[in-house]
Formats: sequence, C-alpha cells, structure tokens
Amino acid sequence: MSDHNSQAVARYRNNFLKEVEERVEEGEWVKMCMQCGVCAGSCPFGAHWQHSPQKLFMMIRAGKREEVLTSDSMWMCTSCYNCVVRCPRQLPITHIMHGLASYAHRLGIAPKGQPTREFAKIFWDNLAKKGRVNELKLTLSLYFKDGLVSGIKTAMGMQSIGLGMVKAKRLNPMEIFGGHGLKDLKGFHAILAKAREIEDKRKGLT
Amino acid sequence: MTASIATSQTILVVGGGISGMSAALEAAECGKQVILVEKSPTLGGRTALLYRYFPKMCHPTCGLEINLKRLKGNRRLRVLTQAEVTSVSGRSGDYKVTLKLSPRYVNENCTACGECAKAVSGQIPNPYDYGLSETKLAYLPHAMAYPQRYVLDSSIIGTADAEKAREACKYGAIDLGMKEETVEIKVGSVIWATGWKPYDAAKIQPYGYDRFANVITSVEFERLADSHGPTGGKLLRPSDGQAAKNIAFIQCAGSRDENHLRHCSRICCMASLKQTQYVREAYGEDCKSSVYYIDIRAIDRFEDFYQKVQQDPTVRFVKSKVASITQNDAGSLILHGVDTEGYHRYAAEHDLVVLAIGMEPESNGIKLPDDMVIDSSGFIEGSKDGGQFAAGAAASPTDVNRSVQSATAAALRAIQVVHRTAATETANG
Repeated sequence: MSDHNSQAVARYRNNFLKEVEERVEEGEWVKMCMQCGVCAGSCPFGAHWQHSPQKLFMMIRAGKREEVLTSDSMWMCTSCYNCVVRCPRQLPITHIMHGLASYAHRLGIAPKGQPTREFAKIFWDNLAKKGRVNELKLTLSLYFKDGLVSGIKTAMGMQSIGLGMVKAKRLNPMEIFGGHGLKDLKGFHAILAKAREIEDKRKGLT
Repeated sequence: MTASIATSQTILVVGGGISGMSAALEAAECGKQVILVEKSPTLGGRTALLYRYFPKMCHPTCGLEINLKRLKGNRRLRVLTQAEVTSVSGRSGDYKVTLKLSPRYVNENCTACGECAKAVSGQIPNPYDYGLSETKLAYLPHAMAYPQRYVLDSSIIGTADAEKAREACKYGAIDLGMKEETVEIKVGSVIWATGWKPYDAAKIQPYGYDRFANVITSVEFERLADSHGPTGGKLLRPSDGQAAKNIAFIQCAGSRDENHLRHCSRICCMASLKQTQYVREAYGEDCKSSVYYIDIRAIDRFEDFYQKVQQDPTVRFVKSKVASITQNDAGSLILHGVDTEGYHRYAAEHDLVVLAIGMEPESNGIKLPDDMVIDSSGFIEGSKDGGQFAAGAAASPTDVNRSVQSATAAALRAIQVVHRTAATETANG
C-alpha cells in the first residue's frame, strides 16, 4: 500500500463517497446519480466492462473502495460522451471516469499493466520531458512496453507505415537523438511542479 | 386595502378542460358571474380523450356528463368556444381582457345531424385522435362535445366542399360568412386552466418516435383502447394492423430529465399501470406487458392499485431506463439497456412500445401576461398582483382527481378577489 493510499484510508475510514467528493475530479456529482442505467445502456463498450458507470457510482456509495479503485473499468472509457449527453441528471460521467482513474493512479493502486494506463504513463512522461511529444520515441516505447521480442515483432509489422511517414515528412528519424523541445525547459518544468503542488494541496495529497 | 377593491365581479376562466369546467362551475354555483373561454371547438379538453380513469377504471364520459348537466343548468356561466385570450391588462379586481373569437361557420341552429359531414369529401388529421385517424372538414369533435354542434375546419372556406356542406344542411345552420372577431371584457379575476400537452416525443432521439411506426405515446394508446378511437378499441400495431400482444411501457419518457422536462409528470406511472390492464382486458392471459421504470411513483392510495398490477402474471416490471430502441425487419422494436437489479444487459423484443410521455404546460409557447409567475418548467403559479390564479395541470402536473381539487381551490381564491367590493369592505370595517 502506498503512503497516499494508507493516509486516505485512515482519513476517510468508511466514507468513500466523501473521499470521492473531495478528491476525485467532478466527484461531487456522484451522489446525484438516480440509478436509471441509461449510461450503462448507452456505452458502446458497455458489454466489455466489468463495472458500468451506474454500477461504479452505486459501489462508491456502498463504500466499496478497494473494488472501485482497483477496477479497470474506468480505464476503458473512450470519451465518446454518449452517456453524458443522455444522462437525465446531466452528470459529467466521462469526466468522473477519468477522475476516478487518475485518482487511483495517484494512489498507486490502479490495475498494473492496464493498456490505457500504460499508454497514458508513456505519453505523459514523453510530453513532460521536453514540452513537446516526441512521436518517434512515443511509438517505440509503446511497441516495446511488453518486452523486446514483441516490440520487434510490432515494429516489423508497422515498418511500411513508418517508412511512408518518414517519406511524407510526418516522422523525423533524427528525433531519436533527443528531439525538439521548448526553449524555456526550466520554466516549463517549474510550471508543471507548481500545478502538481496546487492539485495535491487541493486534494489533500501532500 | 382600497387598492384591491374589485370593480368587476365577473370571473374569467381560461381553458375548458376538466379543471376549467370545475373552477367555472364552482364559482358560478357560488353565485358569481363566470365567463369560460376555450380555444378549441368543444369543452372537455384532454380528459375527454381518455379511455378510462385510474384507479377505478371508470369512464371519463361519466364525470363529464355530470359537469355538462351542471353547466347547462347554470345561467351565470357563459361559455365561449374557439376563443383565445390575446391580452390582459389592469390590476387585481379590475382587468381588461381581449378575446379573439375564431369563426365556427356553424350557428346554433345545428342539430348535429351529420348531413354536412356526409356531403364533404376533404379530410384532415383528427386532432381528437392525436392524428391517428382522419376526420372530415365538417366534423363533430367527439361524442361528448359541448356545444353539441358541428364545426367547419377553416381550410374548407373557398372550396367546393364549403358549398356542399351549406347545401346539405336542412336547418340553415352553416354560415360561411362568419368572421374572426375581437372583443374586450372586464373581469375581476382570472383563472388560468390552460392544462397540459404531451411532450414532443420525437425530441427523445434514442427512442425513435419519429422513425418507428410502432413507437407511440401513452395518449395515443388511450385512443387505441377507446371504442370511439381509430381502431374501434382494438390494440393494433400502427405499422401493419397486427394485434399487439407484447407491449413495452417506457416510463419517464421526457420527464425527470434535464435534457427534456425537468419535473416528474406524476400521472405517467399510474397511467401505464392502468394501461397494462387494457392489454389484459383485450387479450386475457395471452399477452405480456413490460413496464420499464426508474421507480414507480404511485402516490398514497394508488399503492393498492400498483400492488394489484404487480400480482398480475401478464405484467413484468424492469427497473431500468431504456437507453435506446432499434427496429427489426418485422417492424418489432428491440429495447436496449441495463437493469438496476443485478446490472443485466438486455436486448428485449416487443410488438409495440408505449412511451409514458411527460406533461408539458400547454402555456409553454404562448405569451402570458407580464405579471405572471411561472416555475422552472413553465407551470403557472399566479400573478404577482394576486388577482390571477392557475388551476389543475396549468399549475402543476396533476391527474383528474387532483385537477378538480386544484380548480376548486382556485375558484375560492378568485371569489375572494371579486367579493372584495366597496360595499363589503365598508361592512367589514
């Protein structure tokens, strides 16, 4: 158990709804759900999730902290917003899903190896380094995330597309040596650090 | 209190449905002068278009008949049909109201013999069947119509049908020269009994009301069940005329939804429970009604009726708001969703889908006097100066029973306003 996680458990004890309201983005909406089920029925990936949004909201209210935060369901959200436009109470369901995922990740108890989470991590690390996405490195890190063999296999499979993109000047092979970035990198990193500090303070994660 | 002394003792009631008729009768029977105006050619409103009432399953014609008898026997009550209020000015106790009277083209000589309707050939969608059938350009609105007189649709004027109708009338009742009139009246108080209208079901896009013939509204289902209705009382699918034996009722169609009507329409749960019993009445055990609901709101004594319907083996309850509807090649509907009791995903097939459509104030879309206070859904709370009131479904979503109670309350308040004359104020010190 991470430090943040055990602190949160100690602080909120059995009131998981309160924890979500205070610490999860748009979490204060959860209590407004009237369990009609339109979100679950409207989700194009609904059949493949273990927990629909409606079910997650009920689990939050029932205090099923561990099951909610370790669920991989909210990571499956593709942000199609079908649930948001149909919700009769106008809950920002998509944002709550992302809020839950991000909170679980922050506590360090989100499901390990969940592909969306892995990609999000790779993307963020890549972006945060130089303030610009290095597409070549992003692609390669994604290909090789499951090891060398599968990475080479995927890279070989995508070879023609990659070469095509190089020819069309959509992909610069020289990016492998560091690549382009912001002029004021120091300032950029200071902004990120400050933003993180403000967010942590607001969420009580300091 | 000199400011609110009434200079006119007449009460104006706007709307001739069950609420307006009740308010007008209560006030007139207390000795007040009452003018009852109705936009359409007949009194009775939406109540007259219902097949049965819940929970006693009795016919609306019975109550309407009693009210019409009271009305015919009261000389203080003046009824104006095809009349609309276009403006209200003045203050509590002293209002000036402008009325627009549309021509009926039929005078009081009419005996409702029906010869004019036989003579004409042109047809229009029948508003008294919510457009599910056609009616002639010369028509009697419905069997309980008051006044019991035919009416010519204004589109007949200038056509050959107009002359045919006039020639067919043995009583000289048809007057094609009638013109629209504007009259001004002075009244002390106004009761708005403008009622409700079904929410536009086509706006609930995932349910496909405008795309699928076999998705209908609860008010249309009432017409199907009625022996005076488009199918002679048989529950048939609009697409192919086949018997609809497997019917889905979708609750909160438009109601309790911030994207549509934000209020609970309150009557729809009981209406659907009642309608499951129409299906049973038509087919016995050989049918299936499925009620898809968020929660059943059968208030106070209606709980008994709900429990009775729960015992019925032909009725099934699914706790789920349906997410979307698709249609298969046979014209049947597939309902998609997830239930809340176990989170089971379903794709259920039904012959016919009845949307328990929400109640929207009829006054939405018409201009009310500036002084009027309305709530966030458009229901009327009354005027700021305390001289105008709302009754029945104009005030909040109500069933017939509560509409009549609300109308009686509104009548009493209006009487209090017009009762405060210079003479009574002096007498009371």
